[in-house]
Amino acid sequence: MNGTARLWLLHAAVVALLAALNFLLPAYHHGLMARILVLATFAMGYNLTFGYGGLLSLGHAMFFAAGLYGAGLGIHHLGLGVPAAFLAALACGAALAFLAGVLALRTTGVAFMIVTLMFSQAFHLAILYFSAFTGGDQGLVLRPQQRRIETMLGTLDLTDPTTRYLTALALFSVVLFAMLAIVRSGFGRVLVAIRENEERTRMLGYDTFASRLAALVASGTICAAAGAAYGLLFGYVGANFASVQYSILPLLWVLLGGAATTLGPLFGTVFMYYVVDIASGYTSAYMLAVGVILILLVLFFRKGLLGTLRERWLGWLP
Amino acid sequence: MTDRKTISAAGPAPLTRRTALKGMAAAGGLMAAPGFVRYAQAQSSAPIRIGFQCHRTGIGAAYGRWYERTTAAAVKLINEAGGINGRPVEIVIEDDGTDAGRGAEVVAKFANQHKTDIVYGTLFSHVVIGSAPAAGELKIPYYVVSEGYHVASGQLNRWCLQPGITDVRAQVTSMAPWIAANAGKKVTMIYPDYAFGYDHRDYLPPALEKAGAEVVAKIAIPPTESSFTRYFPQIPSSTEVLYHVMVGPAVLTFVKELGEFYGSSGPKLFGFIDSLEAVDINSPGLEYLDGSHFWEGSPRYAQAGDSDAMKAYRAAVGIDDNGASANDPRDISTAGHMFGCWETLYVIKQAMEASGYRGPEDRAKLVEATEAISTIAEGPEHPQGDKVFDGKIHQVFGHQYISKLEGGRLNVVHKTSIEDSRYEPEADYTAQPF
Repeated sequence: MNGTARLWLLHAAVVALLAALNFLLPAYHHGLMARILVLATFAMGYNLTFGYGGLLSLGHAMFFAAGLYGAGLGIHHLGLGVPAAFLAALACGAALAFLAGVLALRTTGVAFMIVTLMFSQAFHLAILYFSAFTGGDQGLVLRPQQRRIETMLGTLDLTDPTTRYLTALALFSVVLFAMLAIVRSGFGRVLVAIRENEERTRMLGYDTFASRLAALVASGTICAAAGAAYGLLFGYVGANFASVQYSILPLLWVLLGGAATTLGPLFGTVFMYYVVDIASGYTSAYMLAVGVILILLVLFFRKGLLGTLRERWLGWLP
Repeated sequence: MTDRKTISAAGPAPLTRRTALKGMAAAGGLMAAPGFVRYAQAQSSAPIRIGFQCHRTGIGAAYGRWYERTTAAAVKLINEAGGINGRPVEIVIEDDGTDAGRGAEVVAKFANQHKTDIVYGTLFSHVVIGSAPAAGELKIPYYVVSEGYHVASGQLNRWCLQPGITDVRAQVTSMAPWIAANAGKKVTMIYPDYAFGYDHRDYLPPALEKAGAEVVAKIAIPPTESSFTRYFPQIPSSTEVLYHVMVGPAVLTFVKELGEFYGSSGPKLFGFIDSLEAVDINSPGLEYLDGSHFWEGSPRYAQAGDSDAMKAYRAAVGIDDNGASANDPRDISTAGHMFGCWETLYVIKQAMEASGYRGPEDRAKLVEATEAISTIAEGPEHPQGDKVFDGKIHQVFGHQYISKLEGGRLNVVHKTSIEDSRYEPEADYTAQPF
């Protein structure tokens, strides 16, 4: 078996395992896993710029929220159907990422981090400011009847647990394979080259600004897709998803799972979600458990779970 | 020879030792079977499990701490009095981190993992609104103690109820007549620029207008603000009453800077105790509030005319005459709100008993039984006062208290009528299918 086939088979096996979990998981974990799949998609979007592009952003909550509100407000105020709302969300995420990228990518390193944080905070405050339209900090509820898709074969009800899980899995799978294709493409390799040595890449004739902008737009669109899916699948559109906390969370999920690994965001999100879920059953200081794990990660798994695996044993992992 | 059939037809067959032993063995075997034991317990003595969605961490932690204590005290009394429908009540607590996303997960955890009968106890409005879709989809009754207008507004679903605490719209509506008659006719509002503030912004002006007063300025302060001096020049000089509803740690700075701005003069002050819940009213910097008036859902300080029910409630939840923990005078309670937990639990008890609640299959009946409640009498189960429940909007209406801060304590000067707080309902949850 050649390397390419092995990679595609590995990712297909992960998707197949996740599909099997739809039938195996108890109700609570089934619902939790649907959320995790959506948020892992968010983390994959973040991973494209952070892991492969080397851009440490603290503003990705803005893109997630752009999708969340792009879909939610479209449904709430314009009466859009689910597919149109989802497409509107993708357009919002892509447009916002383009605008933010054109300005923020003039900076690098700490300055990029601060500029993206400022953009994101401005976006968050705008949601609060236009509360008559957005619902402010309370947010908006999308009613069950607004979360149905009429198809030729019948109604697809996104409030149904199985439909919700499989929809989340479909989105996750599409993004996972897209990520695999991107990172193995020439574009993906250029991104890694820019991350490793921007000057040298530019000297080789690549337009590094354009490549990073394209990566940020792709990343913003993926994050917006995740945000839209979150709103449509779980029925709530809220400003807290635009707060800085939701910029830091994908960073932690990616760091835990392994930056610049295609499957790392999934593992990181699952791991952190279950640490919080289990630890909160024992203590209200459950974030302490997260902190301890992050310290251990820095000490013993500097490249995250899959990143360390790749470094030590499985060098072929993408 | 005796014909058994004939005897049977004429009356019961005589019980022989052999048949008696057979019957006892069969019954014993059946009862020993694991399935039977579970069934028997579920019907008779298995606890009623109430999932308590608690703000143990996050911005609502101070409220969460006292909501937890009040809940424990009420459940202890309910269980000592025989529980609900003869079954003990068990509280299962999950921390929602005062986060809307986690809140929805916690509701699912209660329904699908802990298998609780209902979910209860949430305060912060974004958590309630974020959790409501999950409660609706899982078809689990969700009793909130939130005071936001979101339940009564009709934006949630039939499974969400608020039977133990009044909503902000009602509170604001009932304050207006007193403010107009006693404090002044020209009111400037200072409120946080987010949802809690908007309920005040939207509902106080029409209520004041109806009472013959007016709002002369509305000053919204962003939630990120830590200094307020630059907002004070926006207060019109014609202002007779400054209506403030600032919430959070910045309130100390707000009051201090307000005092520095006005010195010994200035308009009368009217605030909501939400600003100072769990905060010592005698903290340095709050001196400027002396002589001002506050809305209280339930009085923090023991009052001369407290009923026996109120005294018993305060003793049970463990607060002293100053509204602080009986064990630690520095640990100030959230007395203005936490009574809602106590009263909500007793409404749940009343509705479960009225509906003959046995288990999750009766959840819809439980909601209907709650909707059927109309009047609630004052007493040990409802120490804050009598109430009226509007089943169509799933919202309770009750008395409100206005207290004056004097001599380092809040003394009640006025108790509103229930009618003062009523407004035209804008929704009808009972028309929604389950």
